Amino acid sequence: MGETRKIALTVNGKRYAEEVEVRMHLGDFLRQQLGLTGTHLGCEHGVCGACTVLVDGVSARSCLMLAVQADGRELLTVEGIAPNEEELHPLQEAFRDNHGLQCGFCTPGMLTTLIEFLGDNPDPTEREVREAISGNLCRCTGYQGIVAAALDAAQRLKALKQA
Amino acid sequence: MKPPPFSYHLPGSVEEAVGLLGSLENAKLLAGGQSLMPMLNMRFVLPDHVIDLNGIGALSGISAVEGGLRIGGMTRQRDIEFSDPVKTACPLLSEAILQVGHRQTRNRGTVGGSLSHLDPSAEIPAVCAAVDAEIAVTGPNGTRTIPFAEFPAGYMMPAMEPDELLVSVFLPSWKPGHGYGFEEFARRHGDFAIVSAAALIEAEGGRIKRASVTVSGVGPAPVRLRETERALAGQAGSEELFRSACESARGIEALEDVHAPASYRQHLAAVLSRRALVKAWSRIG
Repeated sequence: MGETRKIALTVNGKRYAEEVEVRMHLGDFLRQQLGLTGTHLGCEHGVCGACTVLVDGVSARSCLMLAVQADGRELLTVEGIAPNEEELHPLQEAFRDNHGLQCGFCTPGMLTTLIEFLGDNPDPTEREVREAISGNLCRCTGYQGIVAAALDAAQRLKALKQA
Repeated sequence: MKPPPFSYHLPGSVEEAVGLLGSLENAKLLAGGQSLMPMLNMRFVLPDHVIDLNGIGALSGISAVEGGLRIGGMTRQRDIEFSDPVKTACPLLSEAILQVGHRQTRNRGTVGGSLSHLDPSAEIPAVCAAVDAEIAVTGPNGTRTIPFAEFPAGYMMPAMEPDELLVSVFLPSWKPGHGYGFEEFARRHGDFAIVSAAALIEAEGGRIKRASVTVSGVGPAPVRLRETERALAGQAGSEELFRSACESARGIEALEDVHAPASYRQHLAAVLSRRALVKAWSRIG
């Protein structure tokens, strides 16, 4: 093992104190060291978007950050999106109901990207949704189901807010 | 794909970073990581030391100063996208920044990182060429300013010494009410541009008083179309004028690669600079 550093961070509300190899990127750290394999690694050079996580509420590609750079940060990964083990987040429900996923490889990155996006833009147009997910590659759905799911989720989240 | 082994340094000040940069052999500066991290993952670069600039708060920030804007090297592209002072003082940058990668990469990517990396098709260097920006770099002998026209020393090579660090960029403002336009052609949204064009126009009495036209992705660094700018001075703007003034862009020496032959880039340079000028002219307030 090469040079290491101690870091402390919060992932999905849980505190971790870990010793990490300084050259390890955040995606590998989440998957290999914390066992959070929901975050997927596709290209590992910042093109596919599958490894997107939220760092202090803003999206980042976890393959383009070192694990040591997450020291003191609060992360959200796909495992932390659902409110509990029984229920899904409205965005996840919308993905299920609109055929927003087939193989599921891009889904963690799509969900984290859209959580940030729908927070910034609660009532988006189709074009805005397509632009928001332009940094996330999907090879199954042709994007149609994902765009429909995002628009549906916006309505569900709005209804929940008004309720 | 895993980054190669290196020693990691997290300086808390510019002085400390410059000290490390001057004393460590084969060191790389890590800004937003949106170019260096892929290069590490793919082992295109094999540094012995990585100096992470993310611990230096003083390098971030956007401030309106006399005559323009000063933007710290570690300012995130995202912060520029949502900045009101940028919209007021340099609306061309607000428009161009939306073409820089994607939301996820703008959240991390920095102004100084993009300028130091100096990709020939990058948008931030193109804006800097358009407004005659000044780049401030700090080294062991203090800080010096490099006019952007002298900043690119070659293909992806800024005119900085190996022990210098980009600390900020100054963007001179154009008069309120000036016209601006940024046009880009890429195969997919968020991809590297094949060619992009930036135009600025100041008008007086219905005539062009001052114009700046820049294309990037054509040569190894952004190119100002001086001949076009001269042809526009003193004229009343029209589609026909912009078309004829941009024809000379077809003569620029252009790069050729797997994405596009030189002749295609020259064609795009003429078309996109015309479109950028048309847009800029229509926005004069």
